Amino acid sequence: MDCVATGGNVKVLAKAIYSLSRIGEELYLEPVKEGLALRSVNSSRSAFASFLLSPLFFQRYQAPPDQSFRCKMRIKSVQAVFKSLSSLDRSVEKCRLHLNSEKNRLTITLHCKHGLLKTHNLSFQDCESLQAVFDKQSCGNILEAQPRLMVDTVLHFPPSLEEVNLSVSSDRVWLRNHVEEDSDSSRAMMTELCLNSEEFDQFTIKTQTSITFCLKELRGLLGFAESSCLPVTIYFDEPGSPDTEKPPDDFMSDDMDSFLIAMETSELPEPSHVATPPQAHPSNNRKHPASEDEEEEQEETLPEIPPNKKFCSLFFGSVLPFTSRLANQTIQEVLASDSDDDSETEAS
Amino acid sequence: MPLSTQSQTDADQYILIASLDNARNLSNILKAISFKDHAIFNATQNGLKVTVEDSKCLQANAFIQAEIFQEYTIKEDTVGFQVNLTVLLDCLTIFGGSTVPGVCTALRMCYNGYGYPLTLFLEEGGVVTVCKINTQEPEDPIDFDFCSTNVINKVILQSESLKEAFSELDMTSEVLQITMSPSHPFFRLSTFGNSGNAHYDYPKDSDMMELFQCTKIQTNRYKMSLLKPSTKALALSCKVSVRTDSRGFLSLQYLVRNDDGQICFVEYYCCPDEEVEED
Repeated sequence: MDCVATGGNVKVLAKAIYSLSRIGEELYLEPVKEGLALRSVNSSRSAFASFLLSPLFFQRYQAPPDQSFRCKMRIKSVQAVFKSLSSLDRSVEKCRLHLNSEKNRLTITLHCKHGLLKTHNLSFQDCESLQAVFDKQSCGNILEAQPRLMVDTVLHFPPSLEEVNLSVSSDRVWLRNHVEEDSDSSRAMMTELCLNSEEFDQFTIKTQTSITFCLKELRGLLGFAESSCLPVTIYFDEPGSPDTEKPPDDFMSDDMDSFLIAMETSELPEPSHVATPPQAHPSNNRKHPASEDEEEEQEETLPEIPPNKKFCSLFFGSVLPFTSRLANQTIQEVLASDSDDDSETEAS
Repeated sequence: MPLSTQSQTDADQYILIASLDNARNLSNILKAISFKDHAIFNATQNGLKVTVEDSKCLQANAFIQAEIFQEYTIKEDTVGFQVNLTVLLDCLTIFGGSTVPGVCTALRMCYNGYGYPLTLFLEEGGVVTVCKINTQEPEDPIDFDFCSTNVINKVILQSESLKEAFSELDMTSEVLQITMSPSHPFFRLSTFGNSGNAHYDYPKDSDMMELFQCTKIQTNRYKMSLLKPSTKALALSCKVSVRTDSRGFLSLQYLVRNDDGQICFVEYYCCPDEEVEED
């Protein structure tokens, strides 16, 4: 594998890595002929993010001859290569990612101004293919907004807030912090924001619903979308269905990036949802084997009002026609190991 | 001015008097070598030399020439003493180190001689503080025996580019390896950390390279923990010279401009960590 990114794209690459570091501790790298996929998953396998950088993003892009190469490495080690993010576009002219298969090293070379050359040789491990399952076509609810709107909205919530609840009606969206029932309600601070449908670039609601998901993991992606000035689209359905969020529009037809971020939603422990027949969930589960491990455990608790949340995956997917083919392919893939080494997935 | 109200008899007893209108011209440069508590002061007609050492492997010296001081009087050939540098710096910045332009702390540093404390008179905005710091018998600084005739490789770089490299150095690496060579890679800083190794290469024709005199390829390793404090001196400096001698000893010399644009020097000497096979 040998890729070279130049100019402002080096910063985009660095920001993508930074954004992935908000999700998981490891960076999964998979160069395919469609582009370089950078992915990350969190330790509980409930959030997943993927950036696909097409060959056009690079000045030179050469995927390895055998399409099955993939590796993972500590994301902090890769972040260390791209320190001083703010001055990256001023100081770095070119960035080369080269795989040295004999020495099992990934070499990242930064050609900086004044002739300074920074070479980082990072060790990596072999890994399974990391994919997530989703079907954004089946999602009835679609919200598209400029990243600024999303960033300004989440700004009102404390950085430490884990989960946030998104409720939609036919013309409004509410965002609330999710407070545990057992916490002292007299001390808890409730924050609620209401956005009118006009604030969104696209507002399609087929099912009025309410979903709760992890905000922390979303922030990393919003940061990226904002710095790249790309709108964010959220696809979701009822709780228990995957929720897809996708940022980019194809403004930059040459530098096609696509995003996939998978996060989990939970259904609210409210009577209306408990009434939802448990059978609906198993059928959803069959469509979305990605979260089957968690689903199976929690199905048993469904007959009682679950004190804990039920989780499903939600996703980011790309709108770009070129990569939507890839996105469709991922539907058939499963969040599981291709290789013989299953110890990673079993750990979840 | 309050500082001049000292009685004349007191002034006669001092064997060293050094005054500055702006104490920062001393405190800033001392901060660049303040990685240990104790410092050896050595004053001569030429000026003040302050030395800090670490585990017999590292030595840092700050030179403040007599011309930098508004008043510099020395009654003996050499005056030496040892003080707690941390305490001295706390006193020099006792008024809080304000960066309001035009407001600075004036300093009058006086020493009676062996057994007497180092007396500092500090004034800012009409308020005077007198500090007396106990002195100790000065130890002899290590003589690294680093002389120009033994220098094998020398480069002078503009500090700006080296600052970036030093701030990014992989701290999980125990050593910093410096390679200097008349051919590629010319001047290379390498680290060997937990996730892999990293190399920072400066070509000899870089516009940051002011002087490049390398005669033979040399690769030496130095303990990262010893060299890390030199980053403070690097941050203050505008130019740095890097020299290695036949034993692999490292000399880093930093050209520092103080608040008034005057030049002072800081130098670091470091022993190599171990014998390295050239790869």
